Amino acid sequence: MTFPWLTFLGLLPIIGGLLLFLPMGKGAARTLGLVFSVATLAVGVAVAVMRGSGVDLSVTVPWIRAFGAWWALGVDGMGLAMILLTVVLTPLVLLAEWEPPAGRWSAQTFFALVLILEGLALFVFTSTDVLLFYLFFEATLIPTYFLIVGFGGERRGYAALKFLLFSLAGGLIMLASVVGLFAVSASQGMPSYLIGDLASLRIDGDLGRWLMLGFLIAFIIKAPMVPLHTWLPDTAAASTPGTATLLVGILDKIGTFGMIRFCLGLFPEASVWVAPFMMVFAVISILWGALAAIGSTNMMRLVAYTSVSHFGFMVLGIYAFTTTSQTGSIFYMLNHGFSTAALFLVVGFLAKRRGSYDINAYGGVQKVAPVTAGVMLLAGLSALSLPGMATFVSEFLVIAGTWARNPIVTAFALIGVVLAAVYVLAVLYQRTMTGPVTEQTQKAFEGRDLTGIEKAVMVPIIAMLLFFGFVPQPAVSMVETTAKATMEYVGVTDPAPVVKGAK
Amino acid sequence: MSSYLMPVLEMAAPTLEWRALAPVLLVFAAACLGILLEAVLPRRLRFVAQTTLVIAAGVASLAFLVINWRAGYAGRLAMGSIMLDGPTYFAWGALLVFGVLAFMVFAERSLNGGATTFAASAASVPGSADEAESSAARHEHTEVFPLGLFALTGMMVFASASDLLTLFVALEVFSLPLYLLSGMARRRRLLSQEAALKYFLLGAFSSAFMLFGIAMLYVFSGSFDLRVIHAAVGGATTGPGLIFIGLTFIAIGLLFKTGVVPFHNWTPDVYMGAPTPVTGFMAICTKFAAVVALMRVFFVALDGMRWTWQPIFAVLAIATMVVGVIGALTQTDIKRLLAYSSIAHAGFVLTAIVGANQQVVAGQATSASSVFFYLAAYGFATIGAFAIVTLVRNPAGEDNTLAGWSGLASKNPWVAALFALFMLSFAGIPLTGGFIGKWAVFTSAWQGGYWWLVIVAVLFSLVAAYFYLRVVVVMFVGEPAPTTFVGRASAWTWIPIIIGVVGTLWLGLLPDSVMQLAAFAGGFLR
Repeated sequence: MTFPWLTFLGLLPIIGGLLLFLPMGKGAARTLGLVFSVATLAVGVAVAVMRGSGVDLSVTVPWIRAFGAWWALGVDGMGLAMILLTVVLTPLVLLAEWEPPAGRWSAQTFFALVLILEGLALFVFTSTDVLLFYLFFEATLIPTYFLIVGFGGERRGYAALKFLLFSLAGGLIMLASVVGLFAVSASQGMPSYLIGDLASLRIDGDLGRWLMLGFLIAFIIKAPMVPLHTWLPDTAAASTPGTATLLVGILDKIGTFGMIRFCLGLFPEASVWVAPFMMVFAVISILWGALAAIGSTNMMRLVAYTSVSHFGFMVLGIYAFTTTSQTGSIFYMLNHGFSTAALFLVVGFLAKRRGSYDINAYGGVQKVAPVTAGVMLLAGLSALSLPGMATFVSEFLVIAGTWARNPIVTAFALIGVVLAAVYVLAVLYQRTMTGPVTEQTQKAFEGRDLTGIEKAVMVPIIAMLLFFGFVPQPAVSMVETTAKATMEYVGVTDPAPVVKGAK
Repeated sequence: MSSYLMPVLEMAAPTLEWRALAPVLLVFAAACLGILLEAVLPRRLRFVAQTTLVIAAGVASLAFLVINWRAGYAGRLAMGSIMLDGPTYFAWGALLVFGVLAFMVFAERSLNGGATTFAASAASVPGSADEAESSAARHEHTEVFPLGLFALTGMMVFASASDLLTLFVALEVFSLPLYLLSGMARRRRLLSQEAALKYFLLGAFSSAFMLFGIAMLYVFSGSFDLRVIHAAVGGATTGPGLIFIGLTFIAIGLLFKTGVVPFHNWTPDVYMGAPTPVTGFMAICTKFAAVVALMRVFFVALDGMRWTWQPIFAVLAIATMVVGVIGALTQTDIKRLLAYSSIAHAGFVLTAIVGANQQVVAGQATSASSVFFYLAAYGFATIGAFAIVTLVRNPAGEDNTLAGWSGLASKNPWVAALFALFMLSFAGIPLTGGFIGKWAVFTSAWQGGYWWLVIVAVLFSLVAAYFYLRVVVVMFVGEPAPTTFVGRASAWTWIPIIIGVVGTLWLGLLPDSVMQLAAFAGGFLR
């Protein structure tokens, strides 16, 4: 029996989180939390290295025999990308929230909840059993809920409940599909919830479409797509930047992750059937999110809306059904995690000094706090997918792949790229960082540029974005395996290249 | 000479399988002994004696149950009036565990300044000098323990009765002590007595209906025996009228005890008026026994009529979910809220019964095993939740208003967190037993062909989640209520709470062992 690395990877932060509920001093608690998150990072990297050298890490142990449910964990290219994103972001979020807002719950509780959330998210990304996935998918809601309720802003009670009810609505619709999958599987003899077993059933026809829709609706809510996105801006605005980072950067990825692994991976025929609708929805999300971002005055809401737009790109790439676009989408999932983390956290640093998320409360910060402004600019440029940033590579792959499938839809999506420049440069950066230095800005930022901890948080994130921007190949080839396997399973071939002028 | 005086009647002494019946008989004997102790022991010794007796009887009974199960005892007992099969084993085990845990909360005396939550003298007029006198003399009704044991005996027989007459007698045996217990609250005595009266009148009504139904089935089949009725349904020669009437009326009696709409009206008032520990006992044990009896009658005797009753139960299940969930949305009293929640849960349980999946395949779940698992998960959360309800107090006694619970987390985060855990389990959120249970009953319904019922149930689960979460929001976000505090309870309350927590998490994380037990217990013998 080899060491169960994946189980260990998920359990480690959960154990850390539970330990943090024991009474201890504030300093000790934070250090312990950070130690556990860094240890998880180390295990995550070890897992990546082992996976890279071809070690089989998968675990399959009976869990609920009567229902054919297994404690089944495994990792593929996409899963590995998500694992790395999670383990890297968590310690940075802990550092960024070293001093959670006053008047709320203790820092110790924040660290504990974040660690538990990290563990649950890692299990979500490694589960290869549908019921197990569902279990952790829903379980992530609980710590997230308490992170919002315990540390959020003014309307935190409302936002937390809205978040939970939207997520639960999706989750319960998905539960109906999960139950249906069992009925299908049981009618074939031995019931099994293993993705591999279910995939070999090839559930087609009307039943497959209905079951697929149950999953899809849940994932559409999770990776918020218009019109089911309204919970995200409210939730992001009412949570701390760290919570928003985890929520949008990591947890919402479960939506796009789930689309690839479950919608495409279990219901290929139904997914091809729904693809045209999804592409249209994706474009609507791209444009709607971007326009709403331009119209936002609250920076947290603005960043949330940019994410709605970016999730549109990911979904577009998934349902364009080309190897290139799907590779781009999965790579985008990774990059967007870092890019959105950079934005949320830097907005958090601004608000910590000025005490407001309102764009109009700022102006001329660049002259008083140049490092803050520089970091904000880099974060913004990654959001608008400037070449050299990792996001550019992924967005380019998505657009290039989708163009081959459907140029008209792609043309509309390209408007989103232009709008991104508007909301980042004209709204977010210009109105807060440039212009004359206002009196309040002077007071809030004079001599209070980024602290050492804050720099320590931002440097790795920006470095990741730049690294993947200039050297995307290792990451791209890692996630490409998932895209290729999915394409092969679904049975769609890449569109043949059109050569102009050839007769 | 003697034959002249005595009527000539050949009456064979009934044969009883003592060993196989030991779990029930032990509880019954302990109840009788408890009454004797009341008569002979001085007041000051009674409490210790009664609590010891309850625990000892429960443990001994459980031990016999396990030993008998290991030894493979099964079959018809007591001349065909009791069926010892998988469901009986599971139901007896669950009733004993939850019953004893509930009785432990009966024994809590730290919260009330040295007195139990029961009236000092239940027979005295509320507000009278008698009452004040017995309160001042610190009298207490230790009869609650034998009463509880009698109820438990009745429930155990009810869940295993294999003929309708035994079923009816068992119903009365477990109902009467509950009527009494409901009326014995120390605080808000009028409310408590009103609850008892309502419960009694409605219960008597439903018993009458059930008896009428039993009579019709007897006329139809010529027997009370479920097996004979099953055969008669299969080869019916008489018209269907009798059996329809019989089926309907017996269902009314059973659904009343289960708390299914439209026979649910007693639930909110009784849950609210009864002393909280009694409510906890009723909420799980009555429901458990009633659901098992319902399944036994309909799966064993009336199986041949399933095409008739399945759609009716499906409609009732939806009505129950609607009334339970919508009713709970507007409640401001925590016990009433839990009462409506118990109605909603009856609706969820009913979905699995509608599925009527009885095909026993080794190691796989049937409708009955899904229901068992669901109720086990519901039981742990219910025991824990009602025990916590007794802890939250204001100077006048228990504070059951939702407003009083506001901001509880800032006063005692642990109690609030544990109650939140139970709410999450009720709401069916993963990592708690409630989720696996909900998922199990939905699976049974879907496998029975009622996929549309699953979709309806899933939608109502969402609405249900809203009101459970509302309680969590009130506890964690609300402004702290000024007068409410968390009482300091003894182990009598904390042990059930902790077992409730452990059970809830255990069934949520590692449900396999209990699921295997339930799957083993999934087939009724005929």
